[in-house]
Amino acid sequence: MSTAHQTAGPFWHLIDFPEWADLLRADGPNAGAQGERITLQGTVTDGDGALVTDAMIEIWHADPEGRYDGAFQGFGRCGTDAEGRFRFTTIKPGPVPGRGNTLQAPHVQIAIFARGLLQHLTTRLYFADEPLNESDPLLSLVPSERRCTMIATPVIPGTWQLDIRLQGGAETVFLDI
Amino acid sequence: MSDPIPYARAIPGTQPPLDSPSYGSTHKRAPRQEPIRAPLTLTEATSPRFALPSHADMSVVEGHAAMGERIIVAGRVLDEGGSPLRGSMVEVWQANAAGRYHHARDQHDAPLDPHFQGQARVFTDDEGWYRFTTIRPGAYPWRNHHNAWRPTHIHFSLFGQGFAQRLITQMYFPGDPLLPLDPIFLATADEEARNRLVAKFDLDVTQPEFALGYRFDITLRGPSATPFEEGHA
Repeated sequence: MSTAHQTAGPFWHLIDFPEWADLLRADGPNAGAQGERITLQGTVTDGDGALVTDAMIEIWHADPEGRYDGAFQGFGRCGTDAEGRFRFTTIKPGPVPGRGNTLQAPHVQIAIFARGLLQHLTTRLYFADEPLNESDPLLSLVPSERRCTMIATPVIPGTWQLDIRLQGGAETVFLDI
Repeated sequence: MSDPIPYARAIPGTQPPLDSPSYGSTHKRAPRQEPIRAPLTLTEATSPRFALPSHADMSVVEGHAAMGERIIVAGRVLDEGGSPLRGSMVEVWQANAAGRYHHARDQHDAPLDPHFQGQARVFTDDEGWYRFTTIRPGAYPWRNHHNAWRPTHIHFSLFGQGFAQRLITQMYFPGDPLLPLDPIFLATADEEARNRLVAKFDLDVTQPEFALGYRFDITLRGPSATPFEEGHA
């Protein structure tokens, strides 16, 4: 039996290190990493559409070659601000091998922790311009009308936006892995 | 490349539900739609490796002892298969002895302690052991319902070998009269699963003439017994 999850609560900022939102920071594990520099940003809202200003967002993604065992550490952590926003700077991941010789479209795993979440939520960010999205094994499991909740769109070149709706109308697709 | 072995699914009742009526903050934050059951891929079977300094003593800040009862907390981090998690980062945070967090948003009318920050980071050894020194935290009120008080607790954040093992939980203290009243603790239906969140007083962890010791073991998800479940291959 695995240990039960419990909410991170409203005071998780004691383990917030704001610099972790910049995966390419000069004194971090990826200083000088080569690749397409991107910004990932979005807003977190609740079932009333209210901004969630106390969430902790973590990301985990592969390097541009689609590998997790290289030098690049595709991990970031960012708190949502007073406008419910998160923002990461990183390099764009490449396609990642899937199960059974399939190929996954480039993606970023997202974990969401907050007061009121007794277990964290998991979703993914995909990139709107990727032809591989059409054949991605996970996206193909998602009803077509809900896939857009996992696909980030460019607001300006290199800056990708994905809003997370915890509950209600256009509720984000969450994953059970 | 062989496919990663999926992690075991939780036994029903042993994890808290997202929608928990007696915990008010879940009402607008718990998703209404069922999650999509997704295959385990390299993305979820790998996890970050941290080359960070550890900080294992919360009870002293700049040479000054924090106020309160000094304690030692230690335990092992294993997966459900009994394998120790080695070199795993364990982050902990908590309120001070008076029940107040060193946090701008905590407005509870209890004193802050300039010599207590309430955050530590340790790494497990080759047998999965972690250990840190701190101050026993105080209970504090919250606004979930009339006269609501959180039992004393320490928050734990863990990374396993796969991102699907990621865990944030809370450690509670034995004998706390607030436990049977706490909606967060009670949200987990299975009594045994709940009681595993309660540390045990441990004389072996206790250090003579220094501090009482508490043992808190943590189990992360382990490999599924049936790696080919549900045709995910």
